[in-house]
Amino acid sequence: MAKMTLEELRKLRAGEKQALSNREIEGKEVQVIIGMGTCGIAAGAKETMDGFVNTINANGLKNVTIRQTGCMGLCYAEPTVEVKMAGMADTIYGNVDAEVAKKIVEHHIMNKRLVNKHIFDKPAADITQ
Amino acid sequence: MAIKSYVMVCGGTGCESSKADEIYRNLHKEAELQGVSEDVQIVKTGCFGFCEQGPIVKVLPSDHFYVQVVPEDAKEIIAEDILKGRAVSRLLYKEGNLTEVKRTDGEDIKFYQKQLRIVLRNCGLINPENVNEYIARDGYQALEKALFDMSGDDIIEELKKSGLRGRGGAGFPTWMKWNFSKQVETDVKYVACNADEGDPGAYMDRSVLEGDPHSVIEAMTIAGKCVGANLGIIYIRAEYPLAINRLETAMEQARDLGLLGKDILGSGYDFDIELRLGAGAFVCGEETALLQSVEGNRGMPTPKPPFPAVEGLWAKPTVINNVETYANIPVIINKGGDWFAQFGTEKSKGTKVFALTGKVQNSGLVEVPMGSTLRDIVFDIGGGIRNGKKFKAVQTGGPSGGVITEEYLDLPLDFDSLLSIGSMMGSGGMIVMDEDDCIVDVARFYMDFCVEESCGKCSPCRIGTRKLLDYLEKITKGQGTMEDLEHMERIGTHMHKAALCMLGGSAANPILSTLKAFREEYIEHIQEGKCRAGKCKALVHYEIVADKCIGCTVCARKCPVNCITGEKKKPHIIDQDACIKCGQCYEGCKFNAIVIK
Repeated sequence: MAKMTLEELRKLRAGEKQALSNREIEGKEVQVIIGMGTCGIAAGAKETMDGFVNTINANGLKNVTIRQTGCMGLCYAEPTVEVKMAGMADTIYGNVDAEVAKKIVEHHIMNKRLVNKHIFDKPAADITQ
Repeated sequence: MAIKSYVMVCGGTGCESSKADEIYRNLHKEAELQGVSEDVQIVKTGCFGFCEQGPIVKVLPSDHFYVQVVPEDAKEIIAEDILKGRAVSRLLYKEGNLTEVKRTDGEDIKFYQKQLRIVLRNCGLINPENVNEYIARDGYQALEKALFDMSGDDIIEELKKSGLRGRGGAGFPTWMKWNFSKQVETDVKYVACNADEGDPGAYMDRSVLEGDPHSVIEAMTIAGKCVGANLGIIYIRAEYPLAINRLETAMEQARDLGLLGKDILGSGYDFDIELRLGAGAFVCGEETALLQSVEGNRGMPTPKPPFPAVEGLWAKPTVINNVETYANIPVIINKGGDWFAQFGTEKSKGTKVFALTGKVQNSGLVEVPMGSTLRDIVFDIGGGIRNGKKFKAVQTGGPSGGVITEEYLDLPLDFDSLLSIGSMMGSGGMIVMDEDDCIVDVARFYMDFCVEESCGKCSPCRIGTRKLLDYLEKITKGQGTMEDLEHMERIGTHMHKAALCMLGGSAANPILSTLKAFREEYIEHIQEGKCRAGKCKALVHYEIVADKCIGCTVCARKCPVNCITGEKKKPHIIDQDACIKCGQCYEGCKFNAIVIK
């Protein structure tokens, strides 16, 4: 690579930052947990995960961590995704494809609005508060 | 396809030597075979510090912390963790005793909980051979500031606020060093980095250079800009091939990107760095001897003053700092001196990296805020003493330091508190001893080291260390006298005053401090001819307890000199004159019938 100027260095840093921030654990307030059991993967959980990763990177979100877990026991609603964040009740979404994943990031995580159509489980006590 | 998980493989020397490289290659191969090579990024990173449990593999963001991984585990890690997202539980780190085993995620491991990582901020998180990853972690941002927004005085002011003191051992305020050099009006100045880490059991600097080489390069460039130097020299021991390799890679990348060399980032400022390899002489870690060696002379100290900051390399002002000191500087410039000064004690700010070794459960690299106690380090982070033995002492500061005993376990550690109890911070080696270690033997080991490493230029050190070793050997053979103790104290105190450099000046510290803390053990050796730890061969003998011996003949068969006799099923006897005290019978006896006396 050619020698950089100050601006180029700053641009490079901004570009690399997102990729590296995905590795970090500290300071992540939002957790997205994707069911990746056999049922989940068969139902397309991998595409779902891609959807989350891409949307999060596209929006430059640095406080979200994406984790995988096994089957949640809701095989008929796969792919299932649980979202945990401060100020929102823990929510489980069902039938989440890449499109829905994008909506969850943009509505639930970024604007604190539930994606009603896909809510599988909303702990009543928390919601009514 | 986007990358969803990251597999971090430790690439420090410790883990490399237990096949981490093969693990890394196997992981790549398996990821390819199982069709997930585009979902996962496999990174070889710097030392995680938890060397006891290496090789270490960490999966992010799930934070699964795998220990003692072997190359064959790669298949399962990819199949289970990456493909299905569940932990390979048999490889997870287990905390607690055998009856109650708790499997823990990386964040929850006790070893890391009391640590604060400033110097090691990037170790275990980035690939040290990829400059982009360093840049992503705010790398070279401090350099931007230093080149475009700050004057030399601003930089010194920030260092002054931070209270940073040299991490090489003496704890001299870094800003003062830089300021001395800056004030000299001359044509050429130099910046040097002391990476000649020589204390037995210490490897902090090696790990920083292996895990985060750019932090040192960036800091040296900042130092150069601050004082007005255009050339930096890193003096590193040739025994650190991996660190040298990573440094060279890093320097090359920095040059390619214009972060080193002519007209850095278009600022008009030129700076480059050269490596000098040390041949492994301990004395070359002393700054004046180091500079002599760089000049091509025999590595021997020169009298101070003049200090290197004023008259160093080729008689020009030379800022010389240790690796760990430099690694702190980009953070201080980025986050400000005040931020840094919130950690630590009144006079020692920030953190200190210690290499914890010896008879401790979790040996490894730990970084704690200054002012942490020895109890925090040895018992909370280190997990206490191995095999349930009793804690005896900790040796800090290597051959220049002293022992810290149980009564000081709760003393907040910093530069000044360690000096006040007759030890020193040193570069950060910390060797834990238990009841099986003989204190006289430990002192003898360090003195042996100093005799070997004394450069011979000044007589207090050359003759003094030899004399001290002679006395210690006499005592370990049971031929010592009480006067010897006084002689040793006298010689040691004189060496401290008269030696040319701190190698000689502090060489007697291990003796002086153990004489203070464990005098009764020396006296035991002299008056009773007894070594309570059973380490001094001349003072121990093995005996068979007749009541316990069932006459199984195992000891007689193990004895290499056939000095154990006895009939089958009847107590045996050791012929003391023929016994060579190898201890094989003692280790072989299943009935604890053999005792050391």
